[in-house]
Amino acid sequence: MAQKAIREYDAKSILAKHWDQYFPNFTYAYETVMVQNGSELKEAAKEKAWLNEKRLVAKPDMLFGKRGKNGLVLFRDQKPGDVTLEKAAAWIDEKAKEKQEVYFAFDGDTPVGAPSVDYLTHFVVEPFTPHEQAEEYYISATCVGDEDVLYMSAEGGMEVEEGWEEKVTEVSFKITESEEEIAEKIRANVPADVAENDKANFAEFAIGFFRAYRELNFAYLEINPFVMQGNKIELLDMVAKLDDTAGFMMAEAWGDVEYPTAFGMEEKSPEVLAIEEADAKTGASLKLTLLKPDARIWTMVAGGGASVVYADTIADLAGIDDLANYGEYSGGPTTGETKFYAETILDLMTRQKDPQGRDKILIIGGAIANFTDVAKTFTGIIQAFEAYADKMKEVGMKIYVRRGGPNYEKGLKDIKEAADRLGLWIDVYGPETHVTDIVRMAVEA
Amino acid sequence: MLDYDYTIKREKPSVAGIVAPTGDAKFQKFFWGGDEIMVPLYKTTAEAKAAQPQADVLLNFASFRTAYDVTMEALELGGFKTIMITAEGIPERLARKMNQAARDAGVIVIGPATVGAISPGAFKIANVGGTIENIVNSKLHRAGSCGLVTRSGGLFNELSNIIAINADGIAEGVAIGGDRFVGSVFIDNLLRMQDNPDVKYMILLGEVGGTEEYKVIEAVKSGRITKPIIAWCIGTIAKYYSSGVQFGHAGASANAERETAEAKNKAMAEAGIHVPATFNDLPAKIKEVFESLNIAPVPEPEINIVPSVRRSKQFICTISDDRGEEATYAGFPISSVALPSTGKGIGDVISLLWFKKQYPKWATDFIETVIKTVADHGPAVSGAHNAKVTARAGKSVVESLVTGLLTIGPRFGGAIDGAAEYFKYADDNNLTPAEFLNYMKKQGVPIPGIGHRIKSLKNPDLRVKGLMDYAAENFPKTPLLDYARTVEALTTSKKENLILNVDGTIGILMVDMWRALGYAEEEIDEFIASGTLNAFFIAGRTIGFIGHVLDEKRLAMPMYRHPMDDILYDVQVAEKI
Repeated sequence: MAQKAIREYDAKSILAKHWDQYFPNFTYAYETVMVQNGSELKEAAKEKAWLNEKRLVAKPDMLFGKRGKNGLVLFRDQKPGDVTLEKAAAWIDEKAKEKQEVYFAFDGDTPVGAPSVDYLTHFVVEPFTPHEQAEEYYISATCVGDEDVLYMSAEGGMEVEEGWEEKVTEVSFKITESEEEIAEKIRANVPADVAENDKANFAEFAIGFFRAYRELNFAYLEINPFVMQGNKIELLDMVAKLDDTAGFMMAEAWGDVEYPTAFGMEEKSPEVLAIEEADAKTGASLKLTLLKPDARIWTMVAGGGASVVYADTIADLAGIDDLANYGEYSGGPTTGETKFYAETILDLMTRQKDPQGRDKILIIGGAIANFTDVAKTFTGIIQAFEAYADKMKEVGMKIYVRRGGPNYEKGLKDIKEAADRLGLWIDVYGPETHVTDIVRMAVEA
Repeated sequence: MLDYDYTIKREKPSVAGIVAPTGDAKFQKFFWGGDEIMVPLYKTTAEAKAAQPQADVLLNFASFRTAYDVTMEALELGGFKTIMITAEGIPERLARKMNQAARDAGVIVIGPATVGAISPGAFKIANVGGTIENIVNSKLHRAGSCGLVTRSGGLFNELSNIIAINADGIAEGVAIGGDRFVGSVFIDNLLRMQDNPDVKYMILLGEVGGTEEYKVIEAVKSGRITKPIIAWCIGTIAKYYSSGVQFGHAGASANAERETAEAKNKAMAEAGIHVPATFNDLPAKIKEVFESLNIAPVPEPEINIVPSVRRSKQFICTISDDRGEEATYAGFPISSVALPSTGKGIGDVISLLWFKKQYPKWATDFIETVIKTVADHGPAVSGAHNAKVTARAGKSVVESLVTGLLTIGPRFGGAIDGAAEYFKYADDNNLTPAEFLNYMKKQGVPIPGIGHRIKSLKNPDLRVKGLMDYAAENFPKTPLLDYARTVEALTTSKKENLILNVDGTIGILMVDMWRALGYAEEEIDEFIASGTLNAFFIAGRTIGFIGHVLDEKRLAMPMYRHPMDDILYDVQVAEKI
């Protein structure tokens, strides 16, 4: 996936790191810390005096928004702006202690849909910044179609979200537009509601913001709101995604940035993490997502496109509840890499029997390969069979194979022979059989 | 690609050259059927384009780190109609810039993250189609009537196979690539196919995510596309998972309802595009539409069969060929250069066999003059002396000859190479004669090609004079000789006999000859480095050595023993250590 969400803390850190380059005429105090519990916050206060000196705001930093509506922004103890270090630390510990319900969507103040439930593990703490509502602004940028779009509003916070159509000025830019053209266009489109004597400042900040968005390879960047008091800027709330394909050239610029799992999503299992690690080390592609580990049908499919049509077809013919995993291997993995991939899946697949006592189904599918040597990759799968044959027999398994491409005849013959030798149930098909037809056969059997 | 070209009986390979920035090889051998051909290698795209200006497709196989730079350089150079990019995961902003730059330049980009494209029976780029066996099985070796566009490369092959089974194959096909930002999108390719009379209907395999399919729908609705389209978007499963699961390619991520596979399949069906119920029903849908079009059967052309076992050639020959009726020198039958009636001389033979070029008469005459001039220089020079001593030991002509030849090197005969090398260096670097002398002093080398035992300005070497006169009359110009004369003026002012000698004159004039013939300076430097100049000396002096050897045989002189009184004996008793 090319676009990855990052924490608010990391987004602010990246901007702060390059602040003078993009916003030379503005100041930003960069007073923000990320902690996982109250004692970490107190520890941080030994180095950062402002945590003791100033009144604070605390909120979870876990990729979800609507924190205010979810009651997860601490800015008042008795009255707004009176939160001390002690209070913030206690609040964080309280919120981290038990699973929290978080709604991602609201209609007015009423939550919509079912909440996600999970532990809060990361919090960001910042000074409480007294300011006028009029000093709050909104700005964001992303790519829509082939163009970059900058969104600006004289109003920030919830108001802009609820009055998007009327309150936001959109400006689109072609990828080829020069710095001068961009600057001119931004200056000409400062939202009308920005106070007359703030317009020049607003334009200047927006120009720097949009340049940072582009040059730092953000895929999405939003500050809602930011507070502008003369040349002093506060970033109250930020949302950002990075284009992680640019990671190789932005290592320095981004620093040590983390791509967390979304709140409420299951933590990645050790198996998935192991496949991710293997994927990062190879020029080939190894992907695995666990959908329903106790389901009956498992896939071990070669190729990004083919893996999708197998998943589609399983959902169509067997139903979504039968699909245990999604994943693919492609790009000519070595025998060793394929073996590791196959063993990971076989291991997950043989941990428990089907609750209804049916045989499990393993789909070893793939389209007609362009250059991946089928016999070579199947050698890896055969080695995994050898290691897991007993477990596979014990849990009960039917294996359906369909594949074409370089050396496929040998690959199919080898895997058939190996399965027969090991006493595994197998059916083997080549390019004369439609790519997803083994799913139909397996489901109808 | 070459296997494909061979299979479809393409006359010339479609690969004109390969850019290989590292490595020093000038070409690489590739199989062409059971035979082999050489494909030239170049260090840079610019060099390759300059050498092969007719090549108008660039296959950019660079990694995601450098693919952008390679494409931008090619756009800058110009002259490419199509650029294909295989790298997956080029930074999005760079991909967008690159795609836009290509669009502005009117260049079609296929990819990034593509396996290629194909015009069956004519041209195939990159890995598309897979192995040659699969290509023939999937009827990708000859044109059918379908225009195929997919995102996925693996499914491109799969669909080619399905189309071969259920219809008559494809007329052209493009896998546009799996990244979010690709250069040419579905509509670009479908519009071209609409305008290609060989395409009778189109198949589009889309994916969840993006809105490109809607452009196709618009084109169908507006009547811009009139040929039947069969289409399917994969990734219908994505609806079951709210977020977090990435199905398929980077481009396949639905951000809105209308980007889902289901919405797109529905919208396409409503626009009159043929959409099957599921992917599994696609083959039947293709068969149905194809049969309704009543397309005349495609004749199956003869193909070459690529041998399954091929052996790489151990040797390569690029100068002569003895396989035909008459052996040839660089393409010319021997009789066409050998017989007196042809008017050709030994200089022509050398130009063909050494340089694979037909040199003009002034140059071949010069070469011949050089060969004749260096043929012999009397019995006292060390090479001739060695040949004579060996002949007197009773050895054969060839043994005696090589003894003489083996003497040729840096001190004997090597001045030709040396003179060419150093004078050219001085001239290339604009050294004044004084600076050049200084430079040589620092190198600790006497200037090669300068100095004669007895000859001087007043008593000139007539061989030198003859060569210079010939050059003055027949060479278009002689810049290096002119420079060498200014050096000679300085050296002779120091010592009378420091004249430009015959070796120096030959070496310098050879450089002038090559320059006048249009060789690049690097090529001339290579000639010098590989010892080509000495080769003229070797060829010429062989005549003289053989003369000396035959002379000895005729005279039947006895075994030679050097007189002892001509040797200074100074032998100490070895110390014990």
